[in-house]
Amino acid sequence: MKQCLVVDDSSVIRKVARRILEDMNFEIAEAEDGQQALDHCRKSMPDAILLDWNMPVMDGLEFLTSLRNEEGGERPVVVFCTTENDVAHIARAIRAGANEYIMKPFDREIVEAKFQEVGLI
Amino acid sequence: MNASEFEFLKKFLKERSGLVLSNDKQYLVESRLLPIARNAKLETLSNLIQTLQRPGNRKLETDVVEAMTTNESFFFRDKTPFEHFNETMLPALLQSRASQRTLKIWCAAASTGQEPYSLAICIKEAAAKLGGWRTRIIGTDLSQEVLEKAKAGLYSQFEVQRGLPIQMLLKYFEQKGDMWQISPALRAMVEWRQLNLLENFNHLGEFDILFCRNVLIYFDQPTKIEVLNRLAKMIPEDGYLVLGAAETVVGLTDAFKPVPEKRGLFQRKPSGASATVSRPAFAASSLGTR
Repeated sequence: MKQCLVVDDSSVIRKVARRILEDMNFEIAEAEDGQQALDHCRKSMPDAILLDWNMPVMDGLEFLTSLRNEEGGERPVVVFCTTENDVAHIARAIRAGANEYIMKPFDREIVEAKFQEVGLI
Repeated sequence: MNASEFEFLKKFLKERSGLVLSNDKQYLVESRLLPIARNAKLETLSNLIQTLQRPGNRKLETDVVEAMTTNESFFFRDKTPFEHFNETMLPALLQSRASQRTLKIWCAAASTGQEPYSLAICIKEAAAKLGGWRTRIIGTDLSQEVLEKAKAGLYSQFEVQRGLPIQMLLKYFEQKGDMWQISPALRAMVEWRQLNLLENFNHLGEFDILFCRNVLIYFDQPTKIEVLNRLAKMIPEDGYLVLGAAETVVGLTDAFKPVPEKRGLFQRKPSGASATVSRPAFAASSLGTR
């Protein structure tokens, strides 16, 4: 079973994402901000990360930049999932090493399409 | 809507568009036609159909046909046909059309434009191999309304997130407020025409590749055969036909042969083979690729 870390400061979003991803046969872990996510990755590197941008403590972009410098941190497939939906943000995320990008609001079909795009399902 | 009204609707749609409405499609009729009824200030589907039964309601007739025949569409829908394009059709045609250096593609159910634009993206991505080539994509659809949307090339955030990799979005789209618009260079690659496949389409000319996915499924057997045989005349020897994953020409026409291992992909038979009602496919002279 593949592991997916869901990183979002909204418990509602985490719950929605968990439900969709569990149906896609992922084992889910949750983190409320970038720092929690980084701590989780240092203990156990997931296969996939669904990543919000704007979060307290450490935001998504900062987390991604740190992750890609960690040992084994190049391995997880990172899919941004954020309300930031302009070209400049998307381009920055891709340059920082994001594999795909979901613009909120999202639904089951979009998550499935994007995870398929990056070969996770 | 009572049984005789449903019968009228079936006959009406068959005549106008070739659409065969089975009796289990009541739900589809309701979901597609109730908005049309409301727009026309008609309270029920029965009212709508009674209005259709009286002559002189051209606008309403068109709206009903369009609403019932429009499909939802995604960019790179089903992936495989576009892999066939990149890996099979394009390499073969690059060789066989090397002297003319032209490539003509027809999307016969272009709907809101995602399929022709996906092919335009494939062509752009293959630009290095297509230097000096003239490519032409024509998108046709029964519905003028969807073609207007296709032509504008404006898609919602939801529409651009299904099937389209984010890199492609950045590369080939421009953000317009809440919407995303296909770049002018790609829009310029596609021509749009309103066209009913039941009517004559010889004037469009010849095409190396024809995408005709999930259209024939709406037709009954004799109509499928008739349309396929006329389509065959638009495609030169060695040209390609792409059907939906669940569709086939086998048992319908001898004019095309399935390309082995390539689901939904068919090639025009070499000369001598006539476009007539078929024998079983295994009786065909050659099933191998060229």
